[in-house]
Amino acid sequence: MSINKMLLTSTVGLGLFAGIAAADGHAKTITIATVNNGDMIRMQGYTDQFTEESGIAVEWVTLEENVLRQRVTTDITTNGGSFDILTIGMYETPIWAANEWLLPLDDLSDDYDAADILPAMANGLSYEGTLYAAPFYGESSMVMYRTDLMEEAGLEMPDAPTWDFIAEAAAAMTDRDAEINGICLRGKAGWGEGGAFITAMANSFGARPFDENWTPQLDSEEWANTLNFYKDMMDASGPAGYATNGFNENLSLFQQGKCGMWIDATVAASFVTNPDESTVADSVGFTLAPDNGLGKRSNWLWAWALAIPAGTQQEAEAKQFIEWATSKAYIELVAENEGWANVPPGARTSLYENPEYQEVAFAQKTLDSILSADPTDPTVDPVPYVGVQFAAIPEWAGFWTEVSQEFSAAYAGQQTVEEALEKAQAITEEAMEAAGY
Amino acid sequence: MARAVSTKQKVIWTALAWTFGLLMFFPILWTFLTSFKTEGQAIADPPVWFFFDWTLENYSAVQERSNYPKALMNSIVIAVGSTLLGIVIAVPAAWAMAFVPGKYTKDVLLWMLSTKMLPAVGVLYPLVLLAKWLGVIDSRILLVVVLMLINLPIIVWMLYTYFREIPGEILEASRMDGASLKSEIIYVLTPMALPGIASTILLNIILAWNEAFWTILLTTVNAAPLTAFIASFSAPEGLFYAKLSAASMMAIAPILIMGWFSQKQLVRGLTFGAVK
Repeated sequence: MSINKMLLTSTVGLGLFAGIAAADGHAKTITIATVNNGDMIRMQGYTDQFTEESGIAVEWVTLEENVLRQRVTTDITTNGGSFDILTIGMYETPIWAANEWLLPLDDLSDDYDAADILPAMANGLSYEGTLYAAPFYGESSMVMYRTDLMEEAGLEMPDAPTWDFIAEAAAAMTDRDAEINGICLRGKAGWGEGGAFITAMANSFGARPFDENWTPQLDSEEWANTLNFYKDMMDASGPAGYATNGFNENLSLFQQGKCGMWIDATVAASFVTNPDESTVADSVGFTLAPDNGLGKRSNWLWAWALAIPAGTQQEAEAKQFIEWATSKAYIELVAENEGWANVPPGARTSLYENPEYQEVAFAQKTLDSILSADPTDPTVDPVPYVGVQFAAIPEWAGFWTEVSQEFSAAYAGQQTVEEALEKAQAITEEAMEAAGY
Repeated sequence: MARAVSTKQKVIWTALAWTFGLLMFFPILWTFLTSFKTEGQAIADPPVWFFFDWTLENYSAVQERSNYPKALMNSIVIAVGSTLLGIVIAVPAAWAMAFVPGKYTKDVLLWMLSTKMLPAVGVLYPLVLLAKWLGVIDSRILLVVVLMLINLPIIVWMLYTYFREIPGEILEASRMDGASLKSEIIYVLTPMALPGIASTILLNIILAWNEAFWTILLTTVNAAPLTAFIASFSAPEGLFYAKLSAASMMAIAPILIMGWFSQKQLVRGLTFGAVK
């Protein structure tokens, strides 16, 4: 190709691109950023009904959770206006609301019945008493266990087990020859992966990341007890390579019958009891996450919620969609088409009062788990933050990821628990000092 | 002088080459196989290899959930557009550096390459703000320009290396015959460097096709290419490996086919100037 032709082609091409770029954008179309979770994908399937009812078209931008965080954070901090609705969690909501990056949801219609939102969810998604994100689904964590293996081990799972019982049951269920691991837990680095699990577990051991004055406490005896207990139990009864296992790896192991117990998100209950996906669907029991008798259990609290960024040009349409997607009617729509076990859980009180939903095997334990987590009082000793498996401060995601990397290195045997905690304390001190606490 | 190679050596080298080739190809083969499995088969342990009920269910699900043709078109426009724009700018630059080097040519070349060492996230906010100010966020023109700028150092370096292999005397001879600068570049330099230019284009199309930082962070709906398409099927809370594999195969298929048909040109270009 000659240079002249190349130049011509490029110029024409660029002109075309510019034209296409200029032609972008339609009236009455809202753009929603969301995560690729089962309930969210299901919601996308029902979007046509919303469009038919309201005349508002919906464009979806679905991304993996961490990519989505990066994408929407960039957009909202620059007031980019690329999205009309964001799918965010309990961690981001109070921080972004404090920065006035979100619009308040304080004028939802009477039909919507905002008072029906589970109080734990409403509190976690509010800032200074105002709701800033409507929960689409909520979750806590609980013990999912194999009833057949528990019976074979001659044990009976209590309604509210202790960590000592869990360790004992894990050892009894472990059968290395049959490739059965007594317990599967997250060990993967990342503040939302292994970092979330160990923080919730530490709560039940009386540990806390900070004292009331934001002084890091990772050098405390309680943290050493937490990590040593976790590592000893997992070394004895956990799967090989547990230091790199997250939610998906453990879900896969459990569904293939290779875990006696799995303590993780309550939303996993619908996966492990689905006979199309799980080989152990008919022998799964549920109970509360364990404690140590100190008054705090090791379960977390999380919600995926829909919020409106301050930069949107279509506030009314966005609110209309949020009211539709998080309504009682939407739950009924899903139940009608896909069964009660597949409705988005953990958001509304009325769902748990519904006799049909009460028949779902994991419904009551999910509710009990959610109700037993208090983001405003998550630890045995007082702390200055809100959040159960995280502290709702902007710096948390950064330094707690580093801390969890040190913990994972200890699980993998690359360093001792003491060394990991020493480094974690230094990382946290440095981060808090830099942030001016 | 040609070196005699024994049959034994041939067998060993052939076996090694095949082993290495198969190892390189294995991830693609596994993704291909997984894309035809159910989600349950995708995570089965021991793994299911070839003997299972092959299903197109995942491809169908991916099609239903996404606008593949739009993402494909965006990828083609962005990858080809950014590369061609880069070539238009880089050919004169590389010519100048190769045939009329100045005192600081080497420094300029090194400086250009050093920009590749800058972490991309370091310029994320300035670029987003600039794009917002220009009103080009989520447009293909933005991605064409950004990816061109990112790959420009590589394009210039590659072309510079190829141009350096061309004897300057040939260009001088054309000047003696009265060729203008334009004629010299178009009729003398370009035909001689064509294999190099072609391989530069191909490599940079592949680089732009696979770029996943800017293409995800600067797009939402209108300009989202296949990298964003794949990202929409990755999930930390839910096992969707079969669907993710189907999406991955659909995303890499065009570039694989292009690479397959142009491999002769690609290899020729990459070894251009290696043997005199």
